[in-house]
Amino acid sequence: MSVIIKGARPYGEDAVDLLLTDGTITAIGDRLSSPGADVVDAAGLVALPGLVDLHTHLREPGREDAETVETGSRAAALGGFTAVHAMANTDPVADTAGVVEQVWRLGQEAGLVDVVPVGAVTVGLRGERLAELGAMADSAARVRVFSDDGHCVADPALMRRALEYVKAFDGVVAQHAEEPRLTVGAQMNEGERSARLGLGGWPAAAEEAVIARDVLLAGHVGARLHVCHVSTAGSVEILRWAKGRGVQVTAEVTPHHLLLTDECAETYDPVFKVNPPLRTEADVQALREGLADGTIDAVGTDHAPHAVEDKESEWAAARPGMLGLEQALSVVLETMVAPELLDWRGVADRMSVRPAAIGRLGSHGRPLAVGEPANLLLLDPAHRAAVDPAALASRSRNSPYAGRELPGRVVATFLRGQATVLDGKALK
Amino acid sequence: MRRHLLEAADLDRADATLVLDTAAQIEAALTGREVKKLPTLRGRTVVNLFFEDSTRTRISFELAAKRLSADVINFSAKGSSVSKGESLKDTALTLEAMGSDAIVVRHPASGAPHRLARWVQGSVVNAGDGTHEHPTQALLDAYTIRQRLGRLDGVRVAIVGDVLHSRVARSNVRLLSALGAEVAVVAPPTLLPVGVGSWPVTVSYDLDAVLPKADVVMMLRVQAERMNASFFPSAREYSRRYGLDARRMAALPDEAIVMHPGPMNRGMEIAAEVADSARSTIVDQVSNGVTVRMAVLYLLLGGSPS
Repeated sequence: MSVIIKGARPYGEDAVDLLLTDGTITAIGDRLSSPGADVVDAAGLVALPGLVDLHTHLREPGREDAETVETGSRAAALGGFTAVHAMANTDPVADTAGVVEQVWRLGQEAGLVDVVPVGAVTVGLRGERLAELGAMADSAARVRVFSDDGHCVADPALMRRALEYVKAFDGVVAQHAEEPRLTVGAQMNEGERSARLGLGGWPAAAEEAVIARDVLLAGHVGARLHVCHVSTAGSVEILRWAKGRGVQVTAEVTPHHLLLTDECAETYDPVFKVNPPLRTEADVQALREGLADGTIDAVGTDHAPHAVEDKESEWAAARPGMLGLEQALSVVLETMVAPELLDWRGVADRMSVRPAAIGRLGSHGRPLAVGEPANLLLLDPAHRAAVDPAALASRSRNSPYAGRELPGRVVATFLRGQATVLDGKALK
Repeated sequence: MRRHLLEAADLDRADATLVLDTAAQIEAALTGREVKKLPTLRGRTVVNLFFEDSTRTRISFELAAKRLSADVINFSAKGSSVSKGESLKDTALTLEAMGSDAIVVRHPASGAPHRLARWVQGSVVNAGDGTHEHPTQALLDAYTIRQRLGRLDGVRVAIVGDVLHSRVARSNVRLLSALGAEVAVVAPPTLLPVGVGSWPVTVSYDLDAVLPKADVVMMLRVQAERMNASFFPSAREYSRRYGLDARRMAALPDEAIVMHPGPMNRGMEIAAEVADSARSTIVDQVSNGVTVRMAVLYLLLGGSPS
């Protein structure tokens, strides 16, 4: 079967037609035609490679009331994603081949994005002994990214062993950098606002100390390290230093850390409670610059759905985390493209090419070119609308962008040539 | 006045002065009366919703409401539906459905009264939330200072002790500086929040240097358990460096007063002879607490003056 996309602007450049046949981009040019092909009018729309998320919480198995693989996949497709990495902190934890294969299979059944399971680094995320990383790598899910996300692999010896061990199958350890002894009772960024609001402080140093330690370890053993949700200016500095020394380190930043600051905590509305916490304006600026110059490789959503009762409470009792999949690209437009920190090719690089490379996903993050897999999205960059949590495809409603006007609308998403989203609506 | 009293910042100088003046009027109206009761809130219902044990604050609010002839319900979280997992929101909506006009809330989580205020129609009074604020304590402290020293403008107040974990300190810093006082916080650096530099105060680690220039010394309760988390090495060392004993009290100017929000750790942050001295306002603070809370409830619930 074939699809002709008429008049799209790849990477925001000149308008062309794209022919997608049997999952591959088979022609790019003017006035393409193919008998029997579905035609998609893409006049004025920007075409980008399908987005890849390194950091998604799909909550299944265990918290299907907050999200399922299917509802999360739908949210992802609507956000322009064609692949998402599903974090391991489910119940049961994705620390065995059985659980990662279950998640992978659920993703296949949903058929909206490629769901790529992340394996836990340690058994039960407890930080005590390594999970069977090799078994997960060899499973049908072909796990390459391992993370105890939600928890830091705090034990330095265990972290060193994990970094070394995954080299055998070209894996990467994605670290949730948080020194737990420095964040006991932490509720928000430690600074002027936490001092006044009386909420326990989460010091930047608790993140930076672990990143500093881990880049040294990764350099020492020659392993790949990925740093999840970098949130501070100091972390960006350490990463820049480590990359300059040739350490194989990559990093991601979340959309919310690119846009929001700890000022949001003033309301005590726990929709803004997240780990790591929202930081200061200076941190936001440093993160944007880090993403612009490539010190930070990727945008990772840290999409974290929570049931209403887990957020409609006093701040300290609420679970940390916020939705991200459906607004990630819009936030990047607002924070990076509008201020001309990234062009469209830059967006494709940070949201598709590099995250796919970090996750070793061969068929994602490929250029829009003939012969390449037909994983792509069409975006209306001129569209502006306020975010309505009730209209989201996620099963949860904890969007920090509720009521906020953001630019951009994903009009269509194609996974291996098949539309998963058309006219801004998911097809399954 | 606003509908709620959630934090000291809800009160500008004029509002705070109105509360203090109203309290003074109430005190004058009740002085010499055999029946210490005003009819202003007859038929209104005030709920004391306490998620933390605090007998003295609850009794103070209860007495304040009763002296204004309001109906008072005491809802303690222990042994109630709350301990069975009912959420703060459900508890609040239930109480309001029963007809409460004001909810006085004490909660271990900072910001809980702010959340409550979004869910209910009636007034919310913060009676202490986590390590955030305790605004009526600051009002009664301001009232007590004004009563003893005759003014607040330019009064030099030293707040001494566990500022980091103290809602009393946070409320007093904001309220007293709004009322023109010059506030200093004095503590070991471990018990001051990172970010204290943005507060409208001077910061000192040296109690002896501050005392000769203080008109008011406000001693905060310090929990001995804090030493287990290495906030200080031992109770003895804390007491030696930051405790107010008779020798240190002698360094104060003649008219200076000593305050403590209670409950005190005698021998820890304050020596018994200081607590019981003529400078001490600790007993006045308790009785003024009832009067000031009457003024707050009166102003929030808009009872007509009689």
